[in-house]
Formats: sequence, structure tokens, C-alpha cells
Amino acid sequence: MAKVIMTVDDSPSITKVVTMTLKGAGYEVVEAGDGKQALAKLKASPVNMLITDLNMPNMDGITLIKEVRKDERFKWIPIIMLTTESQDSKKQEGKAAGASGWIVKPFTPEQLLAVVKKVLK
Amino acid sequence: MSIADKYGDVFRQEAEERLAEMEEVILLIESNPDDTDAINRLFRAAHTIKGSGAMYGFDEMAGFTHHLETLLEKVRDREVAVSKPLIDQVLASRDQIIAMLAAAHGGPPVNAAGTRRIVAALKSFLPGAEDKAEPARPAHKTRKPGKKGGKAGAKTTATWRIVFRPNPDFFRSGNDPLLALEELSGHGECEVVAQTDHMLPFEDFNPEECQLYWDIILTTASDLNAIKDVFIFIEDMCAITIQELGGGGLLDAEAPPPRLGEILVERGYVSPEAVKEELRHQNRLGDLLTQSGQVSAEKVAAALLEQEALAKQQAALKKESLRVPALKLDALVNLVGELVVNQARLSQISSTLESHDLATSVEEANRLAADLRDIVLNIRMMPIGTTFSRFTRLVRDLSGDLSKEVQLITEGAETEMDKTVIDRLVDPLVHLIRNSLDHGIEQPTEREAAGKPRRGTIRLVAQHKGDRVVISVEDDGRGLNRERIHRKAVEKGLVPPDKLLTETEIMHLIFHPGFSTAAAVTDVSGRGVGMDVVKREIAALRGSVDISSRPGAGTTIALGLPLTLAIIDGLLVRVADQRFVIPLSVIEECLELNREHFVLGTGRNVIAFRGQTIPVIRLREVFEVDAEKPPWEETVVTNCGGEQIGFVVDRVIGNYQTVIKSLGKFYQNVEAISGATILGDGDVALVLDVAGLLRMATDGGGEGGRLHLSDRQAAFA
Repeated sequence: MAKVIMTVDDSPSITKVVTMTLKGAGYEVVEAGDGKQALAKLKASPVNMLITDLNMPNMDGITLIKEVRKDERFKWIPIIMLTTESQDSKKQEGKAAGASGWIVKPFTPEQLLAVVKKVLK
Repeated sequence: MSIADKYGDVFRQEAEERLAEMEEVILLIESNPDDTDAINRLFRAAHTIKGSGAMYGFDEMAGFTHHLETLLEKVRDREVAVSKPLIDQVLASRDQIIAMLAAAHGGPPVNAAGTRRIVAALKSFLPGAEDKAEPARPAHKTRKPGKKGGKAGAKTTATWRIVFRPNPDFFRSGNDPLLALEELSGHGECEVVAQTDHMLPFEDFNPEECQLYWDIILTTASDLNAIKDVFIFIEDMCAITIQELGGGGLLDAEAPPPRLGEILVERGYVSPEAVKEELRHQNRLGDLLTQSGQVSAEKVAAALLEQEALAKQQAALKKESLRVPALKLDALVNLVGELVVNQARLSQISSTLESHDLATSVEEANRLAADLRDIVLNIRMMPIGTTFSRFTRLVRDLSGDLSKEVQLITEGAETEMDKTVIDRLVDPLVHLIRNSLDHGIEQPTEREAAGKPRRGTIRLVAQHKGDRVVISVEDDGRGLNRERIHRKAVEKGLVPPDKLLTETEIMHLIFHPGFSTAAAVTDVSGRGVGMDVVKREIAALRGSVDISSRPGAGTTIALGLPLTLAIIDGLLVRVADQRFVIPLSVIEECLELNREHFVLGTGRNVIAFRGQTIPVIRLREVFEVDAEKPPWEETVVTNCGGEQIGFVVDRVIGNYQTVIKSLGKFYQNVEAISGATILGDGDVALVLDVAGLLRMATDGGGEGGRLHLSDRQAAFA
């Protein structure tokens, strides 16, 4: 059965790239525009992995990660953050919240797939 | 096909929406500077345009927007106040982005000067710094330089020791240690050793727990932060230590790589005392520490890898030894030989001129020439051990063939000799070891019956003795059977049946050409060729062969060899106006001959010497020197492989060290001469081949040395 990956981003263009890349590799993709939407969708139907942006309206990425980790059921879902920040502070913040890894924008579809495959292995 | 080609429309649409949103919120902020929600939206819009723009390859737009985002971040964090000029510049920025977007989709090119002006204006709002470094591609990962300034910039590599020890519940967090290890190996040359000493016994083993940990030696150009980043998401679930090796600075290319013991102590695996204690046994430290349970084999393996990595790095820094064609070395040795000879001549001339200044500088030049000679000759020196390994193999194979149990023990492998000598020694040594195996060492059952251990031992020992190297082959076999040797020699007509021979003489019979006592000719030895060849070869190297044997206890054959063939320590002698050099190594004594030395009633070629009768050769006759004999002649008594022979000369001049020059083609097969040397006054002196002369004498080959063992027998009559 195809693994389900949720991509959380307020940018349609980024979402498009992520979704098309993942679908092209045979994954099933659920899209969410911000943290709030993501949390709601996750509770309705669990996924195998989350890829989330950090800067988003309504609920940002860090808060989303914290919320997901609070829930017993989603405690071990791998979460990858998409970030343009390469500063340790952002990584540390995301990591402290419970992220499993990050990808720095801009990335190529190949780089994204490599990380996803590694984490889902 | 790039992302922009595939989904470019999506980006354009998004960007246009964001730009419209920007305009809307900018105006909101202008009317209400405290509207945090609006400020957040503005920031996010810029952030998104930057991020997506970079994704879609609009680098110029992303770079420009980065400056806007930086300023808006400060506004959001209330570090920069909203003001009219700021609003103006943000609006101008937005319009510039629109122009860029249009340019990317076929519009007119953007005014670059305008872009630069806006960027400068945006920067002017930032607190403090007027001119902050700007990354060309904002989204690019920038690494902070390491603790040591400038290190990250320069392409220097360092070696890091990383110990990565996940907590037992590591797997339950959904993490995989392999990911971290793979990522690390992407940074450079990476050696990983899994440590298993925390593994529980099988009955307690829990596959859901991580009981392994890893030692990693990483040589990389990445800095500490980059390495730390690998573990950033798992550092709470594991213990990680990262240390730079080589004292934090560049490795010292000259210093030896740290020893295994030092590394183990530094890592805290063992105490310095434990290492010292084990070192006393002088064995492989790692094996010892492992055996004694001080440290696990894997830890030693990790420490060894570390040592290797450091050594490799050093090797890269250091020019290694040079390989030089042997021909070049030979030419060098030859030239130095000429130099030394010429120097001696210069020295002699200088001594007659009585000029103090000249004498001083000639003396200095003498010293330099001597040093140069020593160094050049030393270049050719190699440890003899390089040939020892092949003998171990030989003994292993042969003892199997002969169904004997034999061990070879080698000693003094580090003893250095001239490479030429070592090369020419191999065949004689092979023969001696074969003989020991075949004739010396008994069958295991025979040994047991004699109360000896089943396994025989052959010892191959090299050691310095003065300016010579003695290489001996010792076995603990049955020893030489003197009676059988004597009987055989008589049968073969090598000695008359009633001739009395000393023990040594009997034993030396085995070196006689065509002598073989083996009952059957075997593959291994005993073809009757060999021992005489050994003796001849060793003699050609100006070496000596000594033999000693005790029945039932074993045999030792000792080869005495010069360190080098290029230099000879000799005794300079004179016959009329001709000078000769006799190798010092074979000389026993010098005598002044007088009438009482000659044994009466025998031929004139035998003299009485210390109660023995020994043959003498008159060099005057061998070399056909046609001049008047002095009233008193001198004799140099030599011992070559146990046989004594005297050389009658006009005068013994004295010790002489010189460089040997090989003779031209025409003289290479002359048996009596092994080389020539140029004397200080420019004359040539011939170096006598004592073994060859002895052979000439015993075979009756030499005109003046018509000598046979029977002559000696006659002397006793």
C-alpha cells in the first residue's frame, strides 16, 4: 500500500512541487495550507509522514510539530521541516519541538525524494 | 525539464496574489503601525516569494526579496519602527518584484541600478550595521565558521573522533542510527567501528533496544557545526562526543603518528599503567590488551583505525621515501669511490708541499669525503630481514614434503647490509637451510627416540661482529657424522686413507666439490652440488664459512660477510714494485720468513706455522714478477673457510681501506684477483681473491701454487 505523506505549506507553488514530486514517486499526498488545517486532516486520517513549512498563517510549523507530538497516536510520525533558515536557532527550535529532520529551500525534487526515502526506510 | 517549466504558472499566480496582498497590508500598516497581524502577513508574503522564487530558479528575485524579508523580520520583532520612509521603500520593493516577475515572463528587463538603490535604502533601516554581508542566494545554506577563525573558509581537512552512543530506547523514537552514519560518511573519509561490548547475552537480548554504539573516525573539510548538525535531531536520544584529533591544530607532519597505547589511554579505555605493564611483554599491544580483558577487540580496532587515519593524513603532508633506480645509486657509489681515491692522492700531494693553508683545507675535504662516502654507502644498506620471510615459507613447504616437523626462528632481521650482498646471499642461505632440513633434522619419531622434541628447530641469526655481519644457520638435528664424511672423502679419493685430519678439516670436506654423503639423492638436496657452490659464492663476497657440529646436538654454519662490497679493509703488500691488497677479514697473522719456517725435505711451498704445516703461495710466482728477491721475505697467513694458506710477499706495507673498482671485462674471470683499487699516488693495486688462489693451489691450477693435499701429507711423513 502506498505510503501517505502530508505536505503543509501556505505557498501553492511549493505545495505543487512537493505534491507532484511525491506522487511521481508513488506516494499518496495529502495537502494542507497551514498548521491548523494539517492538524484537523491528520486527526481525521493518519499519515505516514509530515512535511511542513515553518512560516505559515493561522498555525506555524513549529506549533504544528508541537501539537502533533502531544498526541500519543502521532508521537512517532516522522516530521520533516521545510526551511529557508539555515541558522541553528531554527533547527534547534524545530528539533526541540519534535521534528525528525529538515530540508533547506531551495531543493530539487531529487533531494526531496532522497530525504523522504531515507526517513521512510 | 525544470520546475519553472513544469509549474511556472503556479508560481506566477501565487506571486501575483502575494504581491497584491502585500500592497493591501502595507496600506493597513501605514494607517495602523501596531497591527501585528498585518505585519506578520507582510513578512510571510515576502518570505514566501523569496522561498518559492528560489525554488523556481528566480534567483534575482529571491536575492532581492531576501533584503526585504530581513528588514520586515526586524519590523515584526519590533527592532525597527514603522515610518513613512520605510513604508515608501517597502512599496518600492514590491513594485520592483513585480517588474522582476514581468521580466521573467517576457517583460522588459529590470533596472539593475534601481534594484541596488532600493537594497541600499532597505539596509539603511537596519539597526547598527550599514553594510551587512549578503548571500548571493539567500536560501543557500551558510555555515558559521568554526571556533578557529578562517578554518571553514580554507580547504583544510581535520580528523575527528566521534563516539555515537544511542540510548537503549533509540529505535522507539522512530530514528535509525544508520541515517546518521550515512550522513556522516557523506562528509568525507569515514571509518566506522561498531562496538558490541554493551550487547546483552542472548537470553536477555531485546531486539527493540539499541545496544550497539559506534566509534567513527572522520577526516573531513567540514567544520564542527556541520558535524554536529548530523546529530541535531537525535542528540537527546544518544550520547555523542566529537573531538578533533591532532591537538586541534594541523597535524605535525614530522611527528610520528600517536601510538596505539596513547590513543587508547586518551580515549579513556585503559589506564597508562595498564599499557605500560603490557608493553613490558613486547608483543602486539592490541592483542595483549584484548586478551587481558582490559579493552574489547572492537575498541582496539577503532583505535587502530584512528591511528591509520592520522598516519594517512601525515603521509599526505610528508614526502615519502624515494625510490631510486639501483643504477643511479651504483653510479653515485662509483663517483664517490673516485672522489675518495682522488682525495687520498690530493692528501698525499699536500703532505709533500708543506703548505699549512693547503693542508687545512685538504684535511677538511678529507673529512667531507669520508662523510659523503659513509652516507652514500649507507643508502645501499638494507635490513636483511627482507629476505627472511621467504625462508619461513621455504621451511614450511619443505618440512611438509619431508614429513618432518620443523620451525624456523629468525633473529636479527634488522641487521643492515649492502643490498648487493643481501641479494647474493639468498641462494647460499636457501641451500644451507635445505641441507639442515634434509640432512640435519631427523624424522619426528627418531627425534623422540633420542629424547628430543618432535619438532626440530632451525635458527637463522644475523648479527654484527665488528665490521662484519655473521649470519648463521643452526639446527638441532643429528649433527655431522665425521666418520661417514671421512669414509666418503676417502672413497671418492679426495683424501688418502691414511691421512690424519683435524675435526675442522673433516667437516670442511663437505665443501669439497662433488662431495655428498646423502644415502639417496633427494629432491631437496644431496645432488652433490651445493656446499662447494655455497663456499665459492661466499668467498666471492669476501666472506668466510665456519662450521661447527656436535653429534646428536646439531650443526651450525656461520657465514661471515663484509657489510659492503664497495669498500675493503685490506692489508697492502708489495712484491718488487707491484702492490696488492689482501682482505683483512681473512688474515690471521704476518710473519717474517726465515729458514727455520721451511720444512726441510719437502717442496719449498710449505712452511711450519704454529706447529702446523701450511701451504704458501709466492705472489712473485703467481704474477710472474721478474725482479730480484729481497733477502728477507714476509708471509701473510690467511684462513679461508678453515683452510690456512700463506702468501709470500716482499714487504707488508700496512692497513689500507679503499674503494674497490671492478675490473674490466678482460680481467673479470681471472681467478686470483677480485678487483682493483687506485692508490693515493695514482698507481693501481690488485685485490687478491684469496679463495680463488686457494682453489688454484688445491686444484693444481696455478703455476706457482702446485699444491695438493697430498703435499701436506708428505709434510707429515
